Amino acid sequence: MAPWSVNDQKIPQARLALFSYVSVIFIVLLLVGFWKLQVTQSDHFADLAERNRIRYIPIIAPRGAMLDREGRVLVDSYPSFSILLLRDDPKMLEKSLAQIEEGLEISSEDLQQQLDAAGSEPKFQPIVIKPAASQADIAFVESHRADLPVLELMMVQRRRYQHGEMLANTIGYVGEVSPQQMDQSDGRYRPGDIVGKAGLEKEYNDQLEGTDGMRRVVVNSVGKAVRTLDDVEAIPGKPIQLTIDYDLQSIAENDMTDKTGAVVAMDGRTGEILAMVSRPTFDPNDFAVRIAPKEWQELNTDHSTPLLNRAIQAQLAPGSVFKIVMATAMLESKALPENFTVFCPGHADFYGRTFHCWDKKGHGTVDLHRGIVQSCDIFFYNVGQRLGIDRIHEYATALGLGSRTGVDLPSEAEGLIPSEEWVQRVFHHKWYAGETISVAIGQGAVTVTPIQLVRMVAAVASGGTLLQPHLLKNLTPLKVSHFPLSDDTVEQVTDGMYGVINEGGTGAALRLQNIDFSGKSGSAQVISNELKERVGGGGKQYQDNAWFVGYAPRRNPEIVVAVLVQGGEHGASVAGPIVRDIVKAYYDKKNSSPQQQAGTAIPDDSSVLRPFVASAGVQHP
Amino acid sequence: MKDQPRIQDWDWPLLAIVGTISGIGVLEVYSSTHASAMAGMQWKQLMWIGIGLIGMFLVSRIDYHTLMDQAPALYLFGIGTLLVVLVIGHSRFGAKRWVDLGGGVNLQVSELMKLIIIVVLARFFTEVRTDRLTLQDFVKVAIVTGIPVALILIQPDLGTAMVLVPVALVGSFLAGIEWKHMAAGLLLIALLVPVGWNMRHHLKPYQQQRIETFLHPEENPRGAGYQILQSEIAVGSGGFWGKGFGKGSQNQLGFVPVRYSDFILAALAEEQGFIGVCVVLLLYLGLILRLVDNAQKAKDRAGVYVVMGVTAILGFHVLVNASMVIGYMPVTGIPLPLMSYGGSATAFVYMALGLVMNVRMRRFVN
Repeated sequence: MAPWSVNDQKIPQARLALFSYVSVIFIVLLLVGFWKLQVTQSDHFADLAERNRIRYIPIIAPRGAMLDREGRVLVDSYPSFSILLLRDDPKMLEKSLAQIEEGLEISSEDLQQQLDAAGSEPKFQPIVIKPAASQADIAFVESHRADLPVLELMMVQRRRYQHGEMLANTIGYVGEVSPQQMDQSDGRYRPGDIVGKAGLEKEYNDQLEGTDGMRRVVVNSVGKAVRTLDDVEAIPGKPIQLTIDYDLQSIAENDMTDKTGAVVAMDGRTGEILAMVSRPTFDPNDFAVRIAPKEWQELNTDHSTPLLNRAIQAQLAPGSVFKIVMATAMLESKALPENFTVFCPGHADFYGRTFHCWDKKGHGTVDLHRGIVQSCDIFFYNVGQRLGIDRIHEYATALGLGSRTGVDLPSEAEGLIPSEEWVQRVFHHKWYAGETISVAIGQGAVTVTPIQLVRMVAAVASGGTLLQPHLLKNLTPLKVSHFPLSDDTVEQVTDGMYGVINEGGTGAALRLQNIDFSGKSGSAQVISNELKERVGGGGKQYQDNAWFVGYAPRRNPEIVVAVLVQGGEHGASVAGPIVRDIVKAYYDKKNSSPQQQAGTAIPDDSSVLRPFVASAGVQHP
Repeated sequence: MKDQPRIQDWDWPLLAIVGTISGIGVLEVYSSTHASAMAGMQWKQLMWIGIGLIGMFLVSRIDYHTLMDQAPALYLFGIGTLLVVLVIGHSRFGAKRWVDLGGGVNLQVSELMKLIIIVVLARFFTEVRTDRLTLQDFVKVAIVTGIPVALILIQPDLGTAMVLVPVALVGSFLAGIEWKHMAAGLLLIALLVPVGWNMRHHLKPYQQQRIETFLHPEENPRGAGYQILQSEIAVGSGGFWGKGFGKGSQNQLGFVPVRYSDFILAALAEEQGFIGVCVVLLLYLGLILRLVDNAQKAKDRAGVYVVMGVTAILGFHVLVNASMVIGYMPVTGIPLPLMSYGGSATAFVYMALGLVMNVRMRRFVN
């Protein structure tokens, strides 16, 4: 026995016994810990375990299609794949980035930027690195399942705007739901959901939007689906049929190429919008995937404001088109005798200032009919002076100017019809009588939108019925108001507008064979003559806006068209031909197939309408 | 009095407890892995148990006094091996702790160090002649323990490094350390924690993450806190009766991390419920009480220290592992002895128990 081990002293038994007691206490404490989890909180953890192994995979419902009045597809949805990057495993992620960048042709900076942007989000939430995967991308992901498990495919529904820029400002676009919308939606939206952001996409979002389905799958800890429990199928959004006539729209779009302005064509009997154009415009397909921040920035800051729907949002002086309001006010108010005449020498003095007629040579003796046909400014200056601003305001407002038409689009502009009260309220001074003279020819503070002019002219030509312009084919109820005009007034004013085209008026060049085509031109100054001289004539942005509102037939029109060409200078010769083309196309079409005009029902078996049921959120094609 | 130690003098009840726990472990390893790519692990584990039993037999044959005679040599051998590992060892799971013995067998040398430290400290404490452990001796104990702890820490293997400490603490307690010295020692360890905390940036990222995770498990559900959370979910969802053998979703679908090894108790808790946990923990309690009983019956001081060294390590393993599984302690990589899958660890436990048998079978031998 080694000397070191010779030690007779015993270790006190109590010290060993204490060890036993301590062990018992620890084991009891551990059992209490297990009891807490397994008995006290077992329901809570059972619930967590259930959620753990069941993953809810959304089945995205396709948005409803948009069809034109004859059932032609303008907008639809199609299934496509997004590529997701799983970020659970930072090491694996780090390792895979270079290969992903190469394989999916994503720049290193772009990918890093996306990763940084999602940095604050939970790691288990994958990020979409490629919203619209190409066939090659999908093949890449499929063939690298083993070595790039951080990539996953997700089926999504993409919006397809079949004709690109056509009708873009009216249709609007879709985008990811905003945080505010999400807050207000009562949990209906989840982050990343696609909703209508502008135009009809926004206005009819509730119809267009389907209800996403849900697939419950059992997944393992790396998120791999082991088996499917059940499916709640997606309910596709409902299609909507528009009042738009693709044929007229195409012609209008074509005529407006490279111009700045708007076109509104409306059925004068129903308020159905047949065509609506705004230029410059954009391609909503750019929004359907994910619009690059740079591109979005450009669209928003572009001085030509391509996102503005000029048909309902451009608030501009109507120029001579306003003379229709003046003529109606003159006749209806009876403030002036019906046979009121003025001698036009090309200019006239009011309140110590000289006002010019557009035709410096003068029109000689002018009555109401000639005043409209020749668009004589001097005549209407006098009418305006005698009516006074408040009476002008009364009739202009009654004819729907300076207020929203109620078209079924978001963010319609109001325009402005000045009045004494308005000047008092806004500028805190009395109305300058000289301003009335400018207002009388649709200048000064008067601003209107193209759609207001369409409705106004339709109302005057149909005895004072103010229709609600609309784009949804079967919109009910329509808000129609009446401002009854006497037959005499309607007759005189519409005869005047007939004369503009058919009696050698300002629109004489626009005559159409066999069509009772009437209208009124307008060339509205953007800045005053004095200012224009000071800036030395100015560039295109100071050139007059060209207006033309035309319709047919002469009374109770079937089609009313307003065209605005900003900087177009000459209403009759620049805007007029576009109106004529549309009116002519309308009649050509009507005459070739009369039954078409009733509109066609949505076909039952259209491929675009077949409800699409995605088979999985995460699935492999 | 008998003169020859005999195999009949082994602690057969202790072996029965050990066998039962090992059996449950093998079954749970099977349940956890049979449906995965790792299927068949239970056979490997059985093989390791077999190797462990042989090791146990061999260790019990050599008189523990003979082993303790060689304590200085063993200690130097252990330290040397740890140094070698740091230089030539290869990494697994981000830490250098393996030595390739050839033929695909890797030995985790820090496991060997556990056995050595038991013998070395037992020898040291036996040589303390009085019933009181002086401060001087306590400092020596701290140094002798501190060196391998430091070497294992820089592997880095926080768990195994920690495991050596209780051997020193339990030994010091039995040797009659003054309470104030023990308190000072514990205080020093407690003070080292904040120092270590400030130096956490020198830790390996996975260790930093483990600590962060322990402090804020919910913050990053898919990160490392995920492990603790998933373990708790497994345990909690098992309920009182459990979900049944092979039916734990957390276990079967792989939500429980290393469910066949460090978290095997979570897997068992899910499938066998609170009842199963009670059985297992009471078996461990039985094991420890039986070990203490062996210590009490040891022939001499040396035997007591050897047995209690083994008891300290096993008890610490059980306490820390079970606490980790229910989220009471951070994930440190300390397996549950006898149940967790692992070759070196299993072999160590059986060899350590071999030391206990060694002491027991010689209690009547002069």
